Amino acid sequence: MASIAQPHVLVTPAVKPASGLWSWITTIDHKRIGLLYGVTAMMLFLVGGLEAMIIRLQLVKPNNDVVSAAHYNELFTMHGTTMIFLAIMPLNAALFNYIVPLQIGARDVAFPRLNAYSYWTFLSGAIVLNMGWFFDQAPNAGWYGYAPITEVAWNPSRNVDFWILGLVLLGVSSMAASINFAVTIFNLRAPGMSMMRMPIFTWSALTVSILLIMALPAITVALILLSMDRFVGTSFFAQAAGGDPLLWQHLFWVFGHPEVYILVLPAFGVTSEIIPVFSRKPLFGYSVMVYAIGAIAFLGFGVWVHHMFTTGLGPTANAVFSGSTMLIAIPTGVKIFNWLGTMFRGSLKFTTPMLFAIGIVSQFTIGGLSGVMHASPPVDTQHNDTYFVVAHFHYVLFGGSIFGLLAAAYYWFPKITGKMMDERLGRLNFWGTFIGFNMTFFPMHFLGLSGMPRRYYTYGESSGWSFWNAFISFGAFFLAATMLLFFYNVGKSLRDGEPAGNNPWDAATLEWGISSPPPAYNFAQIPTIGHRDPLWWDKYDKGGDHGHFGDHQDLSKMNEVRGHIHMPNPSYYPPIASLGLFMTALGLLFDNPTITIGLLHLPSLCLLGLIVMVVGIYGWAFEPAG
Amino acid sequence: MAQAVATLETAHGGGHVSDHDEGHSDHPPTSMGVDSRKVAMWVFLASDCMFFGALIATYLIYRGRAEQLYKAGQGKGPLPHEILDIPYTSVSAGVLLMSSLTMVLALAAVQKGDIRNTRVWLAATALLGSIFVGGQFFEFNHFHSEGLSLTTNMFGATFFTLTGFHGAHVTIGIIMLLSLLFLSLRGGVTQRDALNVEIIGLYWHFVDIVWIIIFTLVYLIPYEDINSKTQEASMLLKHIGLG
Repeated sequence: MASIAQPHVLVTPAVKPASGLWSWITTIDHKRIGLLYGVTAMMLFLVGGLEAMIIRLQLVKPNNDVVSAAHYNELFTMHGTTMIFLAIMPLNAALFNYIVPLQIGARDVAFPRLNAYSYWTFLSGAIVLNMGWFFDQAPNAGWYGYAPITEVAWNPSRNVDFWILGLVLLGVSSMAASINFAVTIFNLRAPGMSMMRMPIFTWSALTVSILLIMALPAITVALILLSMDRFVGTSFFAQAAGGDPLLWQHLFWVFGHPEVYILVLPAFGVTSEIIPVFSRKPLFGYSVMVYAIGAIAFLGFGVWVHHMFTTGLGPTANAVFSGSTMLIAIPTGVKIFNWLGTMFRGSLKFTTPMLFAIGIVSQFTIGGLSGVMHASPPVDTQHNDTYFVVAHFHYVLFGGSIFGLLAAAYYWFPKITGKMMDERLGRLNFWGTFIGFNMTFFPMHFLGLSGMPRRYYTYGESSGWSFWNAFISFGAFFLAATMLLFFYNVGKSLRDGEPAGNNPWDAATLEWGISSPPPAYNFAQIPTIGHRDPLWWDKYDKGGDHGHFGDHQDLSKMNEVRGHIHMPNPSYYPPIASLGLFMTALGLLFDNPTITIGLLHLPSLCLLGLIVMVVGIYGWAFEPAG
Repeated sequence: MAQAVATLETAHGGGHVSDHDEGHSDHPPTSMGVDSRKVAMWVFLASDCMFFGALIATYLIYRGRAEQLYKAGQGKGPLPHEILDIPYTSVSAGVLLMSSLTMVLALAAVQKGDIRNTRVWLAATALLGSIFVGGQFFEFNHFHSEGLSLTTNMFGATFFTLTGFHGAHVTIGIIMLLSLLFLSLRGGVTQRDALNVEIIGLYWHFVDIVWIIIFTLVYLIPYEDINSKTQEASMLLKHIGLG
């Protein structure tokens, strides 16, 4: 591997910490962009949570009328879409942004301005997606947007258009971010940080990026074809003129299933960081862990039809995809056993991050087991479109992803803010979440098995579902309260948390070797890495007999500023380019005069938006980088 | 404007963001020893493969639908075999393939520091690309006047979508080439900037390769016997529910 030259620092005046609104708009610092992602996504997480609460309020008793059937459609659609695209994915992006460059010993991501562009485009997409609420036309066709209910004939208002354009913008954002992270991880590792020395969290970031890069085009094409059906009048997914609604499901799930791993792999990465630190042991089976992530990502592309078992594809397709789905249980099981192996005979310390990490191991496993049940087509035929499926995916997405994000928040909060989170409140937070989560989602298995369908806005008194629905709603309100406790803990700890110091957990990865919060340049001098757990090796193993592991490692000058460190300038071009894209989307959504160029009829706002975007891109391309 | 057509600047692991005066051509210090912008282009092209893969799959799944409906008396023409002009498109395909050669010559020239020829070959590549896009424009216009539009039948919808997105890719490539040419006329392209030419070249060759596939699938494989000759293919499609 080619080594990276030591920085030729000593160039221009040292980085001044900037402040004020303008500095946040023009920032290209990966840590600030990470914070922007994090704060925005947490607010949207609250919006998605509020939608869930209204759903549970509606279902608290039979024949309830808190919301109409039409509004209920909008609520479950936006709850799913928001939690997936506007909460979990950007919260993962926030963590990737903040942590990955620190873990690999880099000063920033490979393309800092592209990173800013990703954030501003994400914000635009979030606005477009939620805009429908203000016009009483929020998206209403489910997060999967099945054809033909998304076609104009069935859905003539703007509801679905907000959804399409919002997702297109979010796709552009994710694509830019993923290319950026993949190149960063491939190319900006500190000298000696070989691929097989990278922390597992960085591995999960790389895998998720590759999954997005390969999976997003499928949904992009699906959305383009659907928008042509809606805006131009083609019939790609409408049967009358020869289109096929099933093609939508194929294209959607070719993206949608890898998306499941896109959502949950970062949580696996977080778990793999936390469990070794609080078991006081290196991760058990590091290489197998890496192979397992790779196997999950690879197999994740070959299982999409298990979302379509009930569409009548026939026994061949069902059998093949049933088999491939069951195969995924193997690498997933390997990961579970590796975590258990790491904890086995370790000196376990049950801090809040560790509790949440163990929470993932147990709760995700429950979701994983019901997932293996769905892999069997006859069983799936029974479960399909019932609350059993709702229970399953909340166990993997809440019990996996959200637990992972909470674990990560408690684990890295000291690094990001320089203050410890309140541990007593943290444990209360964990146990409350754990109990509320199981109260909310476990009984959904019972409801599903007794036949309660998904997406129905109400149920009759004679159904026998009243008790568990009331119980679930009560659990959901309790769960929401524990989430608010988390936000209270964040606020309280920001104000009067204990100072954290560089490495409060005595962790092993590189980010804990620099100050908390890290300086703008991260590493004063780029370290040389010789081992998988660099800080532990320096602290505990130095001078020991390490045979073939005995590579040269030098972390001593990471915090020793030598002269001035030259960092890229802030830039306002990325937000301008995003603004152009945003205007283009608005031009398609709102009535405005049309301009005709040849065969093209373009809304004038779209044209203006495209011009703004081109100006942004050219300004960006020609502005001096340093 | 001497500073870089660096479309995407990089902050390398060494923390050393090169001043424009230091140029971009020599390999900056990266883990893989390859410039980050080049890696990014490769990664983007991998994604673009999936993009065209999905569009081409859509085209193939709907191939023959227009004929089926037409035969059943429900659909409208024109049908592909009535309207596709293979000799005409072969010429424009040939022109596009030649542009890959001129692209390579542009890269060879800039790597040798021969800026005059770099300009010549960049301009030639952009010109050949423009002839291709112009040919497509006239083809679309002709089809439109024959009564084929996006909404006429499934052939119109899939044909214009697939070839249109390819044409858009070529157009973006031409804009990048012209930007680079403009920059070089202002003295902003030197031997050290060969990487910029190389990266645009990667994109350009990719778009050409995609056209070889589209040209074969859309134009060259005959349509008339679709129902009898491709029964195996349609059996396969039936297995995933799209027969």
